[in-house]
Amino acid sequence: MARVEPVVEAIAIHKSFGDVEVLKGVNLTVAPQELVFIIGPSGSGKSTLLRCCNLLEEPTSGVVRITGEDITGVGVDINQVRQRIGMVFQSFNLYPHMSALGNVSLALRKVKKQPRAQAEAKAHEALERVGLAHKADAYPTELSGGQQQRVAIARAIAMEPDVMLFDEPTSALDPELVGSVLEVMRELRNSGMTMVVVSHEMRFARDAADRVLFMDAGMVVEQGTPAEVFGAPKHERTKAFLASVSGH
Amino acid sequence: MDVFLDEFFNAEVMLKYLPDIIDGFWVTLWLAFLVVISGLTIGLALALLRAYQNPFVNAGIILFVDLFRALPPLVIIIVGFFGLPFVGIRLSGFLISWLSLTCVLAAFTEEIYWAGITSVNKGQWEAARSTGLGFGGTLCFVVIPQAIRMTIPPLTNRTIAITKNTALASVVAVPEMLTVAQTSLAYAANTSPLTLAAAGYLLIFFPLTMLSRWIETRFAWKR
Repeated sequence: MARVEPVVEAIAIHKSFGDVEVLKGVNLTVAPQELVFIIGPSGSGKSTLLRCCNLLEEPTSGVVRITGEDITGVGVDINQVRQRIGMVFQSFNLYPHMSALGNVSLALRKVKKQPRAQAEAKAHEALERVGLAHKADAYPTELSGGQQQRVAIARAIAMEPDVMLFDEPTSALDPELVGSVLEVMRELRNSGMTMVVVSHEMRFARDAADRVLFMDAGMVVEQGTPAEVFGAPKHERTKAFLASVSGH
Repeated sequence: MDVFLDEFFNAEVMLKYLPDIIDGFWVTLWLAFLVVISGLTIGLALALLRAYQNPFVNAGIILFVDLFRALPPLVIIIVGFFGLPFVGIRLSGFLISWLSLTCVLAAFTEEIYWAGITSVNKGQWEAARSTGLGFGGTLCFVVIPQAIRMTIPPLTNRTIAITKNTALASVVAVPEMLTVAQTSLAYAANTSPLTLAAAGYLLIFFPLTMLSRWIETRFAWKR
């Protein structure tokens, strides 16, 4: 069988902030249409790993390939690469001076250089997909947290990326708003989007993830299917972590 | 009381010198307009340039900004007018006043714009860059619009405070409103022309303060 080219391939990623080594040689491979879930205690380096995948953080050493292309090499047009990697942030980071439609269409117009009408049609489609077509003209402050995060997801998927990175997408949300965001993520996953999710939503991980990575102290401690990691964790640290969050 | 009225509100004197004051009014208005346009534009350009973090360029910008914030505008105008001819540069009083006040306004507003740029949340940069928007694009479409909205009150404040200094152009014989008023005052041996000039300044700067208030509400967004 021919080897399937991974969408994301991060090899031996090290990342230090000053004297502190946050990532100590982490590997991450994500196959097409796979949903990889990264869990771990805060400070374990999971967000940093995610941010290394689109070079929001530059790895101190190691290689990142996106659909086979080494993006850590010299002379790589990072703006070109980032168009193919959607990212969703914990704090939404919508542009407050633009409507939902403006937020979603900005990169289509300025990066993909689409004419305004075409970009806005595309943006409308993306908003439709997250169930917020009726909020196209609303400004971020007029939206609830859950709606803001769904607009942020629309902003990313409008670019038709090869992979979506989610950095704790529901951590800043009130509990009753989490569901709507997870629903959109589930729909994305069902449509075949390749996704890497850093999150504490264990229940979502359990029934949506293909693979779960447990990270601690800058390393991947163990990984496997949700059933393996949640059902029969091998490592003491994984057990301890799962025990500490199961109270939720 | 009669002495006061005769000294400051002498209708005969006012009528006589009104045409001159009106000429001066236009000079002041034109000078103020030019200073506002060029000062705000250059200030913004410097702040944008500074965002690129080139150490040499930034050292130059900071030197310029600190120099023109430290020197009194009157000193700059006098040095420009009486000093520059010694190095072979002879500019009109109007031009010197315009350039001096432009530099002062640009220096102050650069700092204000810059404060605005640095106070835009880092997440805004990351969100924009993650969609493939470059540094310049992010600065122009995402960061600057927010920075300017945040800094409109100090910007308009500074602009009005510095633009009022057009009156300093009187020391280098620019026929602006204060110059004309002072000359008229000397001829008429009566202060009424000065009252006219005061009214003229109100006529220019009062709408400007109202305009700034309007801009503040117009461009504020709900938080």
